[in-house]
Amino acid sequence: MKLTTIAAALGAAALFAAPAAQAWEPTKPVEFVVPAGTGGGADQMARFIQGIVTKHKLMKQPIVVVNKSGGAGAEGFLEVKGSAGNPHKIIITLSNLFTTPLATAVPFNWRDLTPVAMLALDEFVLWVNAESPHKTAKDYVSAIKMGADNRYKMAGTGSKQEDQIITVMIEKATAKKITYVPFKGGGDVAVQLVGKHVDSTVNNPIEAEAHWRSGKLRALCVMDANPLPYKAKVTATQSWADIPTCKSAGIDAEYLMLRGIFMTPNATPEQVAYYVDLFKKLRELPEWKEFMEKGAFNQTFMTGKEYADWVAKAEAQHVALMKSAGFLAK
Amino acid sequence: MDELNSLMQGFAVAMTLPNLGFMLLGLLLGILIGVLPGLGGANGVAILLPLTFSMNPTSAIIMLSCIYWGALFGGAITSILFNIPGEPWSVATTFDGFPLAQQGRAAEALTAAFTSSFVGAFFAVLAITFLAPLLARFALQFGPPEFFAVQMLTFCSFIGMSKDPPMKTLAAMMLGFALAAVGMDTVTGQLRMTFGFTEMLKGFDFLIAVIGLFGIGEILLTMEEGLAFKGKSAKINFRIVWQTWKELLQYWRTFIRSVLIGCWMGITPGGATPASFMGYGMARRAAKDKESFGRGNIEGVVAPETAAHAAGTSALLPMLTLGIPGSPTAAVLLGGLLIWGLQPGPLLFVEQKDFVWGLIASMYLGNLVGLFVVLTTVPWWAAILRIPFPVIAPVIIFICAIGAYTVHSSIFDVIMMLVFGVLGYLFKKLRYPMAPLVLALVLGDMAESSFRQSMLLSQGAVNIFYSNWLVGGLMALSIFLLLLPAWGGMKNMLRRREARAYLG
Repeated sequence: MKLTTIAAALGAAALFAAPAAQAWEPTKPVEFVVPAGTGGGADQMARFIQGIVTKHKLMKQPIVVVNKSGGAGAEGFLEVKGSAGNPHKIIITLSNLFTTPLATAVPFNWRDLTPVAMLALDEFVLWVNAESPHKTAKDYVSAIKMGADNRYKMAGTGSKQEDQIITVMIEKATAKKITYVPFKGGGDVAVQLVGKHVDSTVNNPIEAEAHWRSGKLRALCVMDANPLPYKAKVTATQSWADIPTCKSAGIDAEYLMLRGIFMTPNATPEQVAYYVDLFKKLRELPEWKEFMEKGAFNQTFMTGKEYADWVAKAEAQHVALMKSAGFLAK
Repeated sequence: MDELNSLMQGFAVAMTLPNLGFMLLGLLLGILIGVLPGLGGANGVAILLPLTFSMNPTSAIIMLSCIYWGALFGGAITSILFNIPGEPWSVATTFDGFPLAQQGRAAEALTAAFTSSFVGAFFAVLAITFLAPLLARFALQFGPPEFFAVQMLTFCSFIGMSKDPPMKTLAAMMLGFALAAVGMDTVTGQLRMTFGFTEMLKGFDFLIAVIGLFGIGEILLTMEEGLAFKGKSAKINFRIVWQTWKELLQYWRTFIRSVLIGCWMGITPGGATPASFMGYGMARRAAKDKESFGRGNIEGVVAPETAAHAAGTSALLPMLTLGIPGSPTAAVLLGGLLIWGLQPGPLLFVEQKDFVWGLIASMYLGNLVGLFVVLTTVPWWAAILRIPFPVIAPVIIFICAIGAYTVHSSIFDVIMMLVFGVLGYLFKKLRYPMAPLVLALVLGDMAESSFRQSMLLSQGAVNIFYSNWLVGGLMALSIFLLLLPAWGGMKNMLRRREARAYLG
C-alpha cells in the first residue's frame, strides 16, 4: 500500500518535473561568444548555427555572435567565466579551451564553466603541395628522418596551440626537429602551402578542401584512429575516406579538436536542458548534415556527464602533451 | 572575350528589380555604418549576415557587398567633417580633408573623396574582370619575406616625407610600435606587456586609438580654442560638385598612381589601410608643392581615397579565387559564402559562374549607384558643420563612445578612447605628429610577425630578404625611398657648404 503511494507520488513528481525541466526559455537575446577571430573555423560554425537557428525559427529570441579573440581566446573565456548566473551567454570552444590557460597561465579552466554539449570534433589532415615529391605519408616521414634538423617547414595556426602540438608529435615520430612557422589563421596557412613557402601543414579539412579539390594540395594522412567515413569523391580520384590514418604511416599522432558548447557558471539544469534540446534539433537539419560532410567532421555528439568526462580526459591529454613539448607557462 | 560575355550575363543577373532594390538598401545601410566610427564594414556585414541566409546567394552577396561599398564611401564623411576616421583606411584622408573643411571647403573635399573612391573601385573591378586568374597566381608568390618587404615599403614611403622634426617622428613611431606589441604575441604564444590586467589581453585596437587621438583630441582642442567649428561658412550648393570635378581632372597622375598602388596592395593582400598611407606618401613625394600637403590640398584627399578603394575592391579577388580574405570585411563575407553552400577557392569561377559574375556586375553597378547617392547628399553632410559646436560636440563624443564600445563590446575600450583623446590633445599641443604613431600601431604588429616568420623560415639568415627578384626588388625600392630625403638633405648641405666656402 505504502509502496504504491510512493510510486504514485514519484510518478506524479516525474509528471510535474518533466514539463518543469523544459520550462526555461531565453527571455532576451542570447550572446554566442566565439573565442577566436572572424573567418576562422569556430567563427564559421557559430555564424552557421546562428543562420540556421534564425532560418528555422528554433529560438524565439535572436542569437548574436560576438568575437572575443584577445589573448588567444582568453578574453572570451574570461568573459563567460565572469558572467555567472547569466543564462543568455554561451561559448563555442576550440582547443584553446585547454592550451591558452596552460601556455599563458591566464586564470580559467573548463571547470569554471557549465558544459552543455559536444557538437562535433574537428579532424586534422597532413597536407603537402601537389607538386611535392612526397606521395605518401611514409615518403614524407622518411624524408624528414633522412634530412637535417629543421630542414622541413610546417606552417600552422598560432603558437603553442593544436597545430604546433601535432607538429611536436610528428617530431617525436621522426626524431628530427621541424621548423614550425605560426600564422594568424587557417586560411593563410593553406595558402602558404599552395604558394610553396612551406613544406606541409596540418590544416582542418574545411580550411584546405577547396585547394585539395582544385588539385593544388595533396592529403597524406588523417590524425584519427580510423579513416574518415565520407565516401563521396572530393577530387577526381579521392574521397575523404581514401586518406589513410597517420598511425598506419608510422606517425603515432591522434588528435581531434573539440567543437563544444559551454555556458556561464551556475547555470541551472533547466537552462542547460534548453540548449541541449536546441542543439539536438539543430543536428537533425539537412543544412547541418551538409555542413558536417563538407568539413569532414567527426559527428560525435555528447551531453551531460559523458561530455564532462570526455573534456576532463582531453584536458589531461593536453597537459601531458604540452608538458612533454615544453609549452607550459613557467 | 569570354570575360565580356560572362560579364554581360552577370549584368542580366544583377539588373533584376529585386536585386537593384537590395543594392540600394545595402548602399544606404553601408553609408550609415561607415559614418558611425567603430561600427565598421566588418561588424556591419557580420550583424546583417544572418538576415541574408534565407535569400538566394546571389541577391545576398549583392546586398552585402553593397553594404561594403557604402561603408567605404561613408568612412570619408566623418574624417573630413570632424577629423574622426570612421574606418582605419580613412585616417590618411583626414590629413588634408579636415583642414579643407576648416577652411570652409568641406563640400569640395567630400566631392573629391567620393569621386576618388569611385575611380579607385572602378579600375579595381576592371582589373578583377579581365586579369583575375593572372592576379590570383601573383598573390601566391607572397610568403612572409614578401609581406615584410611590402610593409617596409609602406613605412619607407611614408617616413621620409614627414616635415616634422625627425626625432619627434621617431618618438611617435616608437610609441606606436610599443602599443602594437601589447597583448598576444602570435609567434611565441605568450602575453606581452599586459602587466596582469585581463583588460589588456586583447591589446590596443587601432580603431579605438584612432577615434580617441583624432576625434576626442580634436574636440578638446576646439573647446580650448573657443567652441566653434571653423568650417561653418561652408558653401552649400550642387554647383560645387561640377567645379570640383573640373579641378580633379588635372590630378590624373595621382589617380593612376593610387589605383596601381591600391590594386596591388589589395591583391597581395596588404589591405586598404597601408594602401591609403602609401598612396598619400607617394603623392606628396611626387608633388611640386610638398608644403601644401597637410594644410588642405585636394590632392591629399584624392590620393589616399583612390588607393584605399582600389585596394578594398581588389581585396575581394584573393577571397574569391584563393579563399584568403584581403580585409576583415572580406573575411566575414567569406564565412557567408560557406553558409550559402559556396566554397570560395580556385573553383568558384568555374562552378558558380552566375554567382561570381553577378557579384562582379554588382560591383560596377553598386559603385555607380553609390557615387550618385553620396554625391546628392554632399550639401547635407556639409551643412552639419553649421550646427553650433556646443550642440554637435556632445553628439560626436556620444557617437565616438558607441563606436569604441562596438569594436569589442567592452567598456574598458571607451575609457581607453578617452585616454587616447587626452594623448591626442597633448600631441597636438606639443607638436608631435600623430600619423607615424597610427601607422606604427596598424602595421607594427603585422610587420613584426612577417619579419619573425621570415627569420624562422630562413633559420635566422637575413639573405631571405634578397633571395628572389620580388622580395629583393621591394626591399631595394623601400631603401631607395628611405634614403631619398636624406640624399636631398645632404645635397642641400653640400651646396650650402660650397656656398659658404665660396663666400668665405
